Amino acid sequence: MIDLITIAGPPSSGKTSVIIKMIDSIEGFKDKCGVIKFDCLSALDEEQYAKHGITAKTGLAGNLCPDHYFVSNFEECINWAKEKGFSTLITESAGLCNRCAPHLKNVPAICILDNLSGINTPLKTGPMVKLADVVVVTKSDLVSQAEKEVFRFKIQQVNPKCKVLFINGITGQGADKLARLVITENKKMEKEQMKLRFSMPTALCSYCLGETRVGEDFQIGLNRKIKL
Amino acid sequence: METEILLHKPLKEIVNENPLFSDFFSSFQIKAENEHKSFTEYISTQPDSFWDENASSKEEIANLFVDYISGIAASEQKTTIETLDILRGIDKSKNPENCNLHLNPGEITCIVGPTGSGKSRLLADIEWLANGDTPTKRKVLINGQPADEDTSALFGGKLIAQITQNMNFVLDMDVESFLMLHAQSRLLMNAEDAVKEVMKLANELSGEPFDPTTPVTFLSGGQSRALMIADVACIGQAPIVLIDEIENAGVNKKKALDLLVSKDKIVLMATHDPLLILLADKRVVIKNGGMDKIITTNTHEKGYYAELEKMDKAMQEAKDFFRYGNELKES
Ligand SMILES: Nc1ncnc2c1ncn2[C@@H]1O[C@H](COP(=O)(O)OP(=O)(O)OP(=O)(O)O)[C@@H](O)[C@H]1O
Ligand SMILES: [Mg+2]
Repeated sequence: MIDLITIAGPPSSGKTSVIIKMIDSIEGFKDKCGVIKFDCLSALDEEQYAKHGITAKTGLAGNLCPDHYFVSNFEECINWAKEKGFSTLITESAGLCNRCAPHLKNVPAICILDNLSGINTPLKTGPMVKLADVVVVTKSDLVSQAEKEVFRFKIQQVNPKCKVLFINGITGQGADKLARLVITENKKMEKEQMKLRFSMPTALCSYCLGETRVGEDFQIGLNRKIKL
Repeated sequence: METEILLHKPLKEIVNENPLFSDFFSSFQIKAENEHKSFTEYISTQPDSFWDENASSKEEIANLFVDYISGIAASEQKTTIETLDILRGIDKSKNPENCNLHLNPGEITCIVGPTGSGKSRLLADIEWLANGDTPTKRKVLINGQPADEDTSALFGGKLIAQITQNMNFVLDMDVESFLMLHAQSRLLMNAEDAVKEVMKLANELSGEPFDPTTPVTFLSGGQSRALMIADVACIGQAPIVLIDEIENAGVNKKKALDLLVSKDKIVLMATHDPLLILLADKRVVIKNGGMDKIITTNTHEKGYYAELEKMDKAMQEAKDFFRYGNELKES
Protein backbone atom coordinates (compact mmCIF):
# COMPACT_ATOMS: atom_id res chain seq x y z
CA MET A 1 0.00 0.00 0.00
CA ILE A 2 1.14 3.47 -0.78
CA ASP A 3 0.37 6.98 0.48
CA LEU A 4 -0.91 9.43 -2.10
CA ILE A 5 -1.03 13.20 -2.28
CA THR A 6 -2.53 15.17 -5.15
CA ILE A 7 -1.25 18.68 -5.75
CA ALA A 8 -2.87 21.00 -8.25
CA GLY A 9 -2.69 24.65 -9.11
CA PRO A 10 -2.59 27.09 -12.00
CA PRO A 11 0.61 27.22 -14.07
CA SER A 12 3.54 28.99 -12.35
CA SER A 13 1.88 29.14 -8.96
CA GLY A 14 4.91 27.58 -7.28
CA LYS A 15 3.85 23.93 -7.08
CA THR A 16 7.29 22.47 -7.70
CA SER A 17 9.05 24.69 -5.16
CA VAL A 18 6.46 23.91 -2.51
CA ILE A 19 6.69 20.15 -3.15
CA ILE A 20 10.49 20.23 -3.00
CA LYS A 21 10.48 22.21 0.25
CA MET A 22 7.85 19.95 1.73
CA ILE A 23 9.87 16.82 0.93
CA ASP A 24 13.07 18.47 2.16
CA SER A 25 11.50 19.33 5.50
CA ILE A 26 11.27 15.66 6.52
CA GLU A 27 14.62 14.04 7.08
CA GLY A 28 15.25 11.03 4.86
CA PHE A 29 11.90 11.39 3.09
CA LYS A 30 13.54 12.07 -0.28
CA ASP A 31 14.37 8.41 -0.72
CA LYS A 32 10.91 7.23 0.17
CA CYS A 33 8.82 9.22 -2.24
CA GLY A 34 8.36 9.74 -5.94
CA VAL A 35 6.81 12.66 -7.80
CA ILE A 36 4.94 12.56 -11.07
CA LYS A 37 4.32 15.78 -12.87
CA PHE A 38 1.47 15.99 -15.37
CA ASP A 39 1.98 18.67 -17.94
CA CYS A 40 1.17 19.59 -21.52
CA LEU A 41 4.40 20.43 -23.18
CA SER A 42 7.58 20.86 -21.24
CA ALA A 43 9.33 18.58 -18.80
CA LEU A 44 11.55 21.20 -17.19
CA ASP A 45 10.43 20.45 -13.64
CA GLU A 46 11.96 16.99 -13.74
CA GLU A 47 15.43 18.55 -13.70
CA GLN A 48 14.53 20.75 -10.79
CA TYR A 49 13.47 17.71 -8.76
CA ALA A 50 16.58 15.82 -9.80
CA LYS A 51 18.75 18.70 -8.61
CA HIS A 52 17.29 18.18 -5.15
CA GLY A 53 17.81 14.42 -5.29
CA ILE A 54 14.11 13.68 -5.70
CA THR A 55 12.94 10.99 -8.11
CA ALA A 56 10.45 12.49 -10.53
CA LYS A 57 8.83 11.55 -13.82
CA THR A 58 6.87 13.70 -16.23
CA GLY A 59 3.72 12.67 -18.04
CA LEU A 60 3.19 14.82 -21.10
CA ALA A 61 -0.45 15.07 -22.04
CA GLY A 62 0.28 16.63 -25.42
CA ASN A 63 -3.05 17.36 -27.06
CA LEU A 64 -5.08 15.84 -24.24
CA CYS A 65 -6.35 17.67 -21.20
CA PRO A 66 -3.70 17.11 -18.49
CA ASP A 67 -6.39 16.37 -15.91
CA HIS A 68 -8.06 13.68 -18.01
CA TYR A 69 -4.65 12.31 -18.83
CA PHE A 70 -3.93 12.24 -15.09
CA VAL A 71 -6.93 10.09 -14.23
CA SER A 72 -6.37 7.65 -17.04
CA ASN A 73 -2.76 7.10 -16.02
CA PHE A 74 -3.03 7.09 -12.27
CA GLU A 75 -2.90 3.34 -11.85
CA GLU A 76 0.29 3.13 -13.90
CA CYS A 77 1.84 5.78 -11.68
CA ILE A 78 1.01 3.87 -8.54
CA ASN A 79 2.56 0.76 -10.01
CA TRP A 80 5.68 2.72 -10.90
CA ALA A 81 5.97 4.03 -7.33
CA LYS A 82 5.47 0.52 -5.93
CA GLU A 83 8.16 -0.91 -8.19
CA LYS A 84 10.54 1.76 -6.98
CA GLY A 85 9.72 0.81 -3.41
CA PHE A 86 8.37 4.23 -2.47
CA SER A 87 6.02 4.72 0.46
CA THR A 88 4.51 7.91 -0.95
CA LEU A 89 3.50 9.11 -4.38
CA ILE A 90 2.98 12.80 -4.98
CA THR A 91 1.32 13.99 -8.17
CA GLU A 92 1.66 17.52 -9.47
CA SER A 93 -0.62 18.82 -12.19
CA ALA A 94 -1.49 22.13 -13.74
CA GLY A 95 -5.08 22.17 -14.87
CA LEU A 96 -5.69 24.40 -17.84
CA CYS A 97 -9.36 25.19 -18.12
CA ASN A 98 -10.07 25.40 -14.34
CA ARG A 99 -13.26 23.42 -14.82
CA CYS A 100 -12.09 20.31 -13.02
CA ALA A 101 -9.77 19.10 -10.33
CA PRO A 102 -7.51 16.06 -10.05
CA HIS A 103 -8.45 15.58 -6.38
CA LEU A 104 -9.42 12.11 -5.20
CA LYS A 105 -11.69 11.13 -2.34
CA ASN A 106 -9.75 10.18 0.83
CA VAL A 107 -6.46 11.37 -0.64
CA PRO A 108 -5.04 14.63 0.75
CA ALA A 109 -5.72 17.31 -1.84
CA ILE A 110 -3.61 20.43 -2.00
CA CYS A 111 -4.22 23.44 -4.19
CA ILE A 112 -1.46 25.98 -4.68
CA LEU A 113 -2.21 29.60 -5.53
CA ASP A 114 0.04 32.58 -6.11
CA ASN A 115 -0.71 35.65 -3.99
CA LEU A 116 0.48 37.86 -6.85
CA SER A 117 -2.10 36.49 -9.26
CA GLY A 118 -4.97 38.80 -8.33
CA ILE A 119 -7.75 38.60 -5.75
CA ASN A 120 -10.22 36.83 -7.99
CA THR A 121 -7.97 33.83 -8.57
CA PRO A 122 -9.57 31.69 -5.82
CA LEU A 123 -12.98 32.21 -7.40
CA LYS A 124 -11.74 31.63 -10.93
CA THR A 125 -9.79 28.50 -10.10
CA GLY A 126 -13.02 26.60 -9.44
CA PRO A 127 -13.10 22.99 -8.21
CA MET A 128 -9.33 22.85 -7.71
CA VAL A 129 -9.73 25.30 -4.81
CA LYS A 130 -13.21 24.33 -3.78
CA LEU A 131 -12.40 20.65 -3.26
CA ALA A 132 -8.95 21.00 -1.68
CA ASP A 133 -8.21 20.10 1.92
CA VAL A 134 -5.33 22.53 2.08
CA VAL A 135 -4.91 25.68 0.03
CA VAL A 136 -1.31 26.86 -0.04
CA VAL A 137 -0.62 30.49 -0.89
CA THR A 138 2.83 31.30 -2.26
CA LYS A 139 4.71 34.59 -2.72
CA SER A 140 2.74 36.28 0.05
CA ASP A 141 5.98 37.57 1.54
CA LEU A 142 6.02 39.99 -1.41
CA VAL A 143 2.59 41.52 -0.88
CA SER A 144 1.15 43.75 1.79
CA GLN A 145 -0.48 42.27 4.87
CA ALA A 146 -3.79 43.67 3.67
CA GLU A 147 -3.60 41.90 0.31
CA LYS A 148 -2.67 38.69 2.07
CA GLU A 149 -5.74 38.99 4.30
CA VAL A 150 -8.06 39.77 1.41
CA PHE A 151 -6.70 36.77 -0.52
CA ARG A 152 -7.32 34.49 2.44
CA PHE A 153 -10.84 35.82 2.75
CA LYS A 154 -11.53 35.12 -0.90
CA ILE A 155 -10.31 31.54 -0.48
CA GLN A 156 -12.53 31.04 2.54
CA GLN A 157 -15.49 32.28 0.58
CA VAL A 158 -14.97 29.56 -2.00
CA ASN A 159 -13.90 26.81 0.40
CA PRO A 160 -14.70 27.53 4.04
CA LYS A 161 -13.55 24.11 5.20
CA CYS A 162 -10.00 24.13 3.91
CA LYS A 163 -6.86 25.03 5.81
CA VAL A 164 -5.05 28.01 4.35
CA LEU A 165 -1.27 27.94 4.64
CA PHE A 166 1.09 30.68 3.54
CA ILE A 167 4.35 29.17 2.35
CA ASN A 168 7.47 30.89 1.15
CA GLY A 169 8.67 28.85 -1.83
CA ILE A 170 12.18 30.28 -1.62
CA THR A 171 13.02 29.94 2.07
CA GLY A 172 10.59 27.07 2.57
CA GLN A 173 9.06 28.75 5.62
CA GLY A 174 5.85 26.88 6.41
CA ALA A 175 6.60 23.83 4.27
CA ASP A 176 7.13 21.70 7.36
CA LYS A 177 3.58 22.44 8.52
CA LEU A 178 2.26 21.29 5.18
CA ALA A 179 4.34 18.12 5.42
CA ARG A 180 2.90 17.36 8.82
CA LEU A 181 -0.63 18.02 7.66
CA VAL A 182 -0.58 15.87 4.57
CA ILE A 183 2.13 13.28 5.14
CA THR A 184 1.69 12.28 8.76
CA GLU A 185 -2.10 12.42 8.57
CA ASN A 186 -2.22 10.65 5.24
CA LYS A 187 -4.54 7.64 5.00
CA LYS A 188 -3.55 4.52 3.14
CA MET A 189 -5.86 3.77 0.22
CA GLU A 190 -6.57 0.80 -1.97
CA LYS A 191 -6.66 1.97 -5.55
CA GLU A 192 -9.90 0.04 -6.16
CA GLN A 193 -11.64 2.44 -3.81
CA MET A 194 -10.35 5.57 -5.42
CA LYS A 195 -12.83 8.04 -6.81
CA LEU A 196 -12.59 11.53 -8.15
CA ARG A 197 -14.05 14.23 -5.93
CA PHE A 198 -15.43 15.97 -8.98
CA SER A 199 -16.63 14.44 -12.22
CA MET A 200 -14.66 15.96 -15.03
CA PRO A 201 -16.42 17.73 -17.85
CA THR A 202 -15.76 15.54 -20.87
CA ALA A 203 -14.43 16.50 -24.25
CA LEU A 204 -17.65 16.95 -26.11
CA CYS A 205 -17.16 19.60 -28.73
CA SER A 206 -15.30 19.37 -32.00
CA TYR A 207 -12.46 21.56 -30.71
CA CYS A 208 -11.69 19.03 -27.98
CA LEU A 209 -11.13 16.59 -30.80
CA GLY A 210 -8.70 18.75 -32.69
CA GLU A 211 -10.89 20.90 -34.94
CA THR A 212 -9.08 24.11 -35.90
CA ARG A 213 -11.52 25.78 -38.30
CA VAL A 214 -13.68 28.52 -36.84
CA GLY A 215 -17.39 28.78 -37.66
CA GLU A 216 -20.78 27.22 -37.04
CA ASP A 217 -20.29 24.55 -39.72
CA PHE A 218 -17.45 22.96 -37.83
CA GLN A 219 -19.06 22.87 -34.40
CA ILE A 220 -20.42 19.45 -33.62
CA GLY A 221 -21.39 18.16 -30.21
CA LEU A 222 -22.10 20.20 -27.12
CA ASN A 223 -21.76 23.93 -27.67
CA ARG A 224 -22.90 26.92 -25.67
CA LYS A 225 -23.54 30.20 -27.41
CA ILE A 226 -22.54 33.49 -25.86
CA LYS A 227 -25.39 35.93 -25.25
CA LEU A 228 -24.52 39.39 -26.52
CA MET B 1 -24.83 33.59 11.74
CA GLU B 2 -27.76 31.20 11.45
CA THR B 3 -27.81 29.46 8.10
CA GLU B 4 -31.47 28.46 8.40
CA ILE B 5 -32.57 32.02 9.06
CA LEU B 6 -30.62 33.38 6.11
CA LEU B 7 -32.09 30.80 3.77
CA HIS B 8 -35.56 32.07 4.55
CA LYS B 9 -34.95 35.79 4.80
CA PRO B 10 -35.85 38.09 1.88
CA LEU B 11 -32.71 38.67 -0.19
CA LYS B 12 -33.33 42.40 0.05
CA GLU B 13 -32.92 42.28 3.83
CA ILE B 14 -29.86 40.06 3.68
CA VAL B 15 -27.86 42.45 1.51
CA ASN B 16 -29.14 45.39 3.48
CA GLU B 17 -27.87 43.99 6.76
CA ASN B 18 -24.63 42.67 5.34
CA PRO B 19 -23.47 44.15 2.02
CA LEU B 20 -20.92 41.34 1.72
CA PHE B 21 -23.66 39.12 0.38
CA SER B 22 -24.11 41.33 -2.71
CA ASP B 23 -20.88 39.78 -4.03
CA PHE B 24 -22.47 36.38 -4.02
CA PHE B 25 -25.76 37.42 -5.62
CA SER B 26 -24.24 39.61 -8.27
CA SER B 27 -22.00 36.75 -9.39
CA PHE B 28 -25.23 34.99 -10.43
CA GLN B 29 -26.81 38.18 -11.82
CA ILE B 30 -29.42 38.11 -9.05
CA LYS B 31 -30.75 41.60 -8.26
CA ALA B 32 -30.93 41.10 -4.52
CA GLU B 33 -31.54 44.76 -3.55
CA ASN B 34 -35.12 44.61 -4.85
CA GLU B 35 -35.89 40.96 -4.18
CA HIS B 36 -38.65 40.12 -1.71
CA LYS B 37 -38.22 36.38 -2.06
CA SER B 38 -35.99 34.38 0.24
CA PHE B 39 -33.07 32.42 -1.13
CA THR B 40 -34.98 29.15 -0.96
CA GLU B 41 -38.02 30.64 -2.71
CA TYR B 42 -35.87 32.37 -5.27
CA ILE B 43 -33.98 29.33 -6.46
CA SER B 44 -37.07 27.12 -6.58
CA THR B 45 -38.87 29.60 -8.83
CA GLN B 46 -36.17 30.13 -11.44
CA PRO B 47 -36.84 28.99 -15.03
CA ASP B 48 -34.52 26.59 -16.83
CA SER B 49 -32.99 29.49 -18.70
CA PHE B 50 -31.62 30.86 -15.42
CA TRP B 51 -29.72 27.64 -14.69
CA ASP B 52 -28.59 27.45 -18.26
CA GLU B 53 -27.24 31.00 -18.25
CA ASN B 54 -25.36 30.45 -15.01
CA ALA B 55 -24.17 27.00 -16.03
CA SER B 56 -25.25 25.80 -12.63
CA SER B 57 -27.96 23.86 -10.83
CA LYS B 58 -30.24 24.36 -7.83
CA GLU B 59 -28.17 22.00 -5.66
CA GLU B 60 -24.90 23.58 -6.70
CA ILE B 61 -25.99 27.13 -5.97
CA ALA B 62 -27.58 26.09 -2.66
CA ASN B 63 -24.34 24.42 -1.56
CA LEU B 64 -22.34 27.44 -2.64
CA PHE B 65 -24.59 29.73 -0.65
CA VAL B 66 -24.32 27.64 2.53
CA ASP B 67 -20.52 27.56 2.11
CA TYR B 68 -20.49 31.31 1.61
CA ILE B 69 -22.41 31.83 4.85
CA SER B 70 -19.98 29.71 6.84
CA GLY B 71 -17.08 31.52 5.20
CA ILE B 72 -18.44 34.85 6.38
CA ALA B 73 -19.16 33.44 9.83
CA ALA B 74 -15.60 32.12 10.12
CA SER B 75 -14.14 35.51 9.35
CA GLU B 76 -16.33 37.17 11.98
CA GLN B 77 -14.76 35.38 14.91
CA LYS B 78 -12.90 37.60 17.33
CA THR B 79 -10.57 36.63 20.13
CA THR B 80 -8.27 38.59 22.39
CA ILE B 81 -4.70 38.09 23.39
CA GLU B 82 -3.38 38.88 26.81
CA THR B 83 0.14 37.55 26.56
CA LEU B 84 2.64 36.20 24.09
CA ASP B 85 5.61 34.19 25.31
CA ILE B 86 8.57 32.80 23.46
CA LEU B 87 10.15 30.01 25.46
CA ARG B 88 13.88 29.54 25.06
CA GLY B 89 15.32 27.02 22.60
CA ILE B 90 18.85 26.73 21.31
CA ASP B 91 21.30 29.05 19.56
CA LYS B 92 23.29 28.33 16.40
CA SER B 93 25.85 26.30 18.37
CA LYS B 94 23.02 24.28 19.89
CA ASN B 95 23.56 25.72 23.36
CA PRO B 96 20.42 26.64 25.35
CA GLU B 97 19.34 30.27 25.00
CA ASN B 98 19.82 32.54 27.99
CA CYS B 99 16.28 33.81 28.41
CA ASN B 100 12.61 33.68 27.49
CA LEU B 101 10.70 36.59 26.02
CA HIS B 102 7.40 37.81 27.46
CA LEU B 103 5.26 40.33 25.57
CA ASN B 104 2.15 42.33 26.50
CA PRO B 105 -0.37 44.32 24.44
CA GLY B 106 0.40 48.01 24.03
CA GLU B 107 4.11 47.35 24.40
CA ILE B 108 6.90 47.78 21.89
CA THR B 109 9.83 45.38 21.91
CA CYS B 110 12.84 45.63 19.64
CA ILE B 111 15.02 42.77 18.50
CA VAL B 112 18.64 43.86 18.24
CA GLY B 113 21.82 42.11 17.15
CA PRO B 114 24.40 42.18 14.37
CA THR B 115 23.56 41.19 10.79
CA GLY B 116 22.96 37.48 10.49
CA SER B 117 22.57 37.01 14.24
CA GLY B 118 19.02 35.68 13.95
CA LYS B 119 16.59 38.60 14.38
CA SER B 120 14.46 37.67 11.41
CA ARG B 121 14.52 34.05 12.56
CA LEU B 122 12.90 35.05 15.84
CA LEU B 123 10.13 36.88 13.95
CA ALA B 124 9.69 33.83 11.73
CA ASP B 125 9.34 31.56 14.77
CA ILE B 126 6.53 33.76 16.07
CA GLU B 127 4.80 34.00 12.72
CA TRP B 128 4.81 30.22 12.50
CA LEU B 129 3.82 29.69 16.13
CA ALA B 130 6.87 27.51 16.60
CA ASN B 131 6.36 24.59 18.90
CA GLY B 132 9.83 23.10 19.21
CA ASP B 133 9.66 22.31 15.51
CA THR B 134 11.97 24.95 14.02
CA PRO B 135 15.81 24.92 14.01
CA THR B 136 15.75 27.08 17.15
CA LYS B 137 13.49 24.65 19.08
CA ARG B 138 11.62 27.65 20.51
CA LYS B 139 8.03 27.39 21.72
CA VAL B 140 5.46 30.13 21.31
CA LEU B 141 2.71 30.44 23.93
CA ILE B 142 -0.43 32.48 23.48
CA ASN B 143 -2.32 33.36 26.63
CA GLY B 144 -0.04 30.84 28.32
CA GLN B 145 -1.07 28.00 26.03
CA PRO B 146 1.08 26.31 23.41
CA ALA B 147 -0.03 27.47 20.01
CA ASP B 148 -0.64 24.87 17.36
CA GLU B 149 -1.86 24.66 13.80
CA ASP B 150 -5.40 25.37 14.90
CA THR B 151 -4.63 28.40 17.06
CA SER B 152 -4.34 30.80 14.17
CA ALA B 153 -7.42 29.24 12.61
CA LEU B 154 -9.19 29.99 15.90
CA PHE B 155 -8.33 33.62 15.37
CA GLY B 156 -9.65 33.33 11.84
CA GLY B 157 -6.20 33.87 10.42
CA LYS B 158 -6.09 37.31 12.00
CA LEU B 159 -3.53 36.64 14.68
CA ILE B 160 -0.38 38.13 13.26
CA ALA B 161 0.28 40.99 10.87
CA GLN B 162 3.66 41.53 9.28
CA ILE B 163 5.31 44.55 7.77
CA THR B 164 8.65 44.07 6.06
CA GLN B 165 10.92 45.85 3.66
CA ASN B 166 10.15 43.32 0.86
CA MET B 167 6.42 43.84 0.83
CA ASN B 168 4.74 45.75 -1.94
CA PHE B 169 1.25 46.44 -3.07
CA VAL B 170 0.53 44.47 -6.23
CA LEU B 171 -3.18 44.87 -6.90
CA ASP B 172 -4.47 46.89 -9.77
CA MET B 173 -6.70 49.18 -7.67
CA ASP B 174 -6.71 52.68 -6.28
CA VAL B 175 -5.98 53.27 -2.60
CA GLU B 176 -9.54 53.99 -1.58
CA SER B 177 -11.19 51.03 -3.34
CA PHE B 178 -8.49 48.77 -2.03
CA LEU B 179 -8.99 49.88 1.57
CA MET B 180 -12.75 49.47 1.13
CA LEU B 181 -12.21 45.92 -0.08
CA HIS B 182 -9.99 45.14 2.89
CA ALA B 183 -12.44 46.69 5.35
CA GLN B 184 -15.28 44.69 3.83
CA SER B 185 -13.32 41.45 3.98
CA ARG B 186 -12.83 42.24 7.67
CA LEU B 187 -16.57 42.75 8.00
CA LEU B 188 -16.15 46.17 9.55
CA MET B 189 -19.50 47.77 10.17
CA ASN B 190 -18.32 51.33 9.58
CA ALA B 191 -16.02 50.54 6.68
CA GLU B 192 -16.16 54.05 5.23
CA ASP B 193 -15.02 55.70 8.45
CA ALA B 194 -12.21 53.21 8.83
CA VAL B 195 -11.03 53.94 5.29
CA LYS B 196 -11.07 57.70 5.94
CA GLU B 197 -9.11 57.22 9.15
CA VAL B 198 -6.49 55.10 7.40
CA MET B 199 -6.11 57.70 4.63
CA LYS B 200 -5.61 60.46 7.15
CA LEU B 201 -3.12 58.54 9.28
CA ALA B 202 -1.16 57.24 6.30
CA ASN B 203 -0.75 60.78 5.03
CA GLU B 204 0.50 61.93 8.41
CA LEU B 205 2.97 59.08 8.64
CA SER B 206 4.43 59.38 5.18
CA GLY B 207 5.13 63.10 4.97
CA GLU B 208 4.58 62.98 1.18
CA PRO B 209 0.81 63.25 0.88
CA PHE B 210 -1.11 61.08 -1.57
CA ASP B 211 -4.60 60.96 -2.94
CA PRO B 212 -7.28 58.29 -2.38
CA THR B 213 -7.45 57.85 -6.16
CA THR B 214 -3.76 56.93 -6.54
CA PRO B 215 -3.30 53.33 -7.73
CA VAL B 216 -1.68 51.38 -4.87
CA THR B 217 1.15 50.25 -7.13
CA PHE B 218 2.09 53.89 -7.82
CA LEU B 219 2.86 54.69 -4.19
CA SER B 220 6.46 55.40 -3.24
CA GLY B 221 8.27 53.16 -0.77
CA GLY B 222 7.54 55.54 2.11
CA GLN B 223 3.91 55.99 1.15
CA SER B 224 3.40 52.23 0.83
CA ARG B 225 4.93 51.56 4.23
CA ALA B 226 2.86 54.35 5.79
CA LEU B 227 -0.31 52.94 4.26
CA MET B 228 0.55 49.42 5.43
CA ILE B 229 1.11 50.59 8.99
CA ALA B 230 -2.09 52.64 9.11
CA ASP B 231 -4.02 49.76 7.58
CA VAL B 232 -2.63 47.21 10.06
CA ALA B 233 -3.54 49.57 12.90
CA CYS B 234 -7.10 50.41 11.86
CA ILE B 235 -8.47 47.76 9.51
CA GLY B 236 -6.46 44.61 10.09
CA GLN B 237 -7.48 43.16 13.41
CA ALA B 238 -4.34 41.19 14.17
CA PRO B 239 -3.33 41.76 17.81
CA ILE B 240 0.31 40.93 17.09
CA VAL B 241 2.37 43.05 14.70
CA LEU B 242 5.79 41.92 13.53
CA ILE B 243 8.01 44.49 11.83
CA ASP B 244 11.27 43.69 10.07
CA GLU B 245 13.56 46.64 9.32
CA ILE B 246 11.42 49.49 8.14
CA GLU B 247 13.96 52.13 9.16
CA ASN B 248 14.83 53.22 5.63
CA ALA B 249 11.26 53.48 4.52
CA GLY B 250 10.85 57.23 5.04
CA VAL B 251 7.96 57.18 7.48
CA ASN B 252 7.58 59.09 10.70
CA LYS B 253 8.77 56.32 13.00
CA LYS B 254 7.61 57.81 16.27
CA LYS B 255 4.11 58.49 15.00
CA ALA B 256 3.90 55.02 13.48
CA LEU B 257 4.79 53.32 16.74
CA ASP B 258 2.51 55.57 18.77
CA LEU B 259 -0.33 54.62 16.47
CA LEU B 260 0.21 50.87 16.88
CA VAL B 261 0.55 51.17 20.64
CA SER B 262 -2.63 53.24 20.89
CA LYS B 263 -4.45 50.28 19.30
CA ASP B 264 -3.12 47.99 22.02
CA LYS B 265 -1.10 45.81 19.68
CA ILE B 266 1.82 43.64 20.71
CA VAL B 267 4.59 45.13 18.59
CA LEU B 268 7.84 43.30 17.94
CA MET B 269 10.38 44.91 15.66
CA ALA B 270 13.75 43.76 14.31
CA THR B 271 15.88 46.85 13.81
CA HIS B 272 19.36 48.37 13.64
CA ASP B 273 18.06 51.91 14.22
CA PRO B 274 19.00 53.39 17.63
CA LEU B 275 16.03 55.80 17.55
CA LEU B 276 13.58 52.95 17.20
CA ILE B 277 15.43 50.96 19.85
CA LEU B 278 15.09 53.80 22.34
CA LEU B 279 11.43 54.33 21.52
CA ALA B 280 10.73 50.74 22.55
CA ASP B 281 9.85 49.66 26.07
CA LYS B 282 12.45 46.93 26.01
CA ARG B 283 14.75 45.04 23.67
CA VAL B 284 15.88 41.49 23.32
CA VAL B 285 19.50 41.03 22.31
CA ILE B 286 20.24 38.22 19.86
CA LYS B 287 23.68 36.65 19.87
CA ASN B 288 24.71 33.74 17.67
CA GLY B 289 21.06 32.90 16.96
CA GLY B 290 20.02 32.86 20.60
CA MET B 291 18.11 35.25 22.87
CA ASP B 292 20.94 36.53 25.05
CA LYS B 293 19.32 39.07 27.36
CA ILE B 294 16.41 41.47 27.76
CA ILE B 295 17.12 45.14 28.45
CA THR B 296 14.43 47.54 29.63
CA THR B 297 14.83 51.04 28.22
CA ASN B 298 15.84 53.12 31.28
CA THR B 299 15.23 56.82 31.92
CA HIS B 300 18.83 57.63 31.13
CA GLU B 301 18.37 56.07 27.70
CA LYS B 302 15.09 57.86 27.18
CA GLY B 303 17.00 61.09 27.82
CA TYR B 304 19.60 60.13 25.25
CA TYR B 305 16.77 59.83 22.72
CA ALA B 306 16.41 63.61 22.50
CA GLU B 307 20.10 63.93 21.66
CA LEU B 308 19.92 61.23 19.01
CA GLU B 309 16.86 62.81 17.52
CA LYS B 310 18.80 66.05 17.00
CA MET B 311 21.55 64.16 15.18
CA ASP B 312 18.96 62.35 13.11
CA LYS B 313 17.42 65.67 12.16
CA ALA B 314 20.78 67.07 11.10
CA MET B 315 21.34 63.98 9.02
CA GLN B 316 17.93 64.32 7.44
CA GLU B 317 18.59 67.97 6.61
CA ALA B 318 21.89 67.05 5.00
CA LYS B 319 20.17 64.40 2.93
CA ASP B 320 17.55 66.87 1.74
CA PHE B 321 20.18 69.50 1.08
CA PHE B 322 21.93 67.32 -1.49
CA ARG B 323 18.76 65.68 -2.72
CA TYR B 324 17.36 69.03 -3.82
CA GLY B 325 20.44 69.93 -5.84
CA ASN B 326 22.31 72.22 -3.44
CA GLU B 327 26.06 72.32 -3.16
CA LEU B 328 28.38 73.24 -0.32
CA LYS B 329 30.61 76.28 -0.99
CA GLU B 330 33.39 77.98 0.92
CA SER B 331 31.80 80.79 2.85
N1 LIG C 1 18.96 29.50 16.89
C1 LIG C 1 19.23 29.24 15.60
N2 LIG C 1 19.54 27.98 15.22
C2 LIG C 1 19.80 27.71 13.92
N3 LIG C 1 19.82 28.64 12.93
C3 LIG C 1 19.54 29.91 13.25
C4 LIG C 1 19.23 30.28 14.60
N4 LIG C 1 18.99 31.61 14.62
C5 LIG C 1 19.15 32.04 13.36
N5 LIG C 1 19.49 31.05 12.53
C6 LIG C 1 19.74 31.16 11.06
O1 LIG C 1 20.76 32.14 10.84
C7 LIG C 1 20.53 32.82 9.60
C8 LIG C 1 20.57 34.34 9.76
O2 LIG C 1 19.56 34.78 10.62
P1 LIG C 1 18.60 36.04 10.33
O3 LIG C 1 18.32 36.19 8.89
O4 LIG C 1 17.46 35.89 11.25
O5 LIG C 1 19.56 37.23 10.80
P2 LIG C 1 19.17 38.79 11.05
O6 LIG C 1 19.62 39.09 12.43
O7 LIG C 1 17.77 39.03 10.71
O8 LIG C 1 20.14 39.50 10.04
P3 LIG C 1 19.95 40.97 9.34
O9 LIG C 1 20.29 41.99 10.36
O10 LIG C 1 20.96 40.94 8.23
O11 LIG C 1 18.55 41.05 8.86
C9 LIG C 1 19.18 32.34 9.09
O12 LIG C 1 19.40 31.36 8.10
C10 LIG C 1 18.54 31.70 10.33
O13 LIG C 1 17.62 30.68 10.00
MG1 LIG D 1 16.79 40.20 9.11
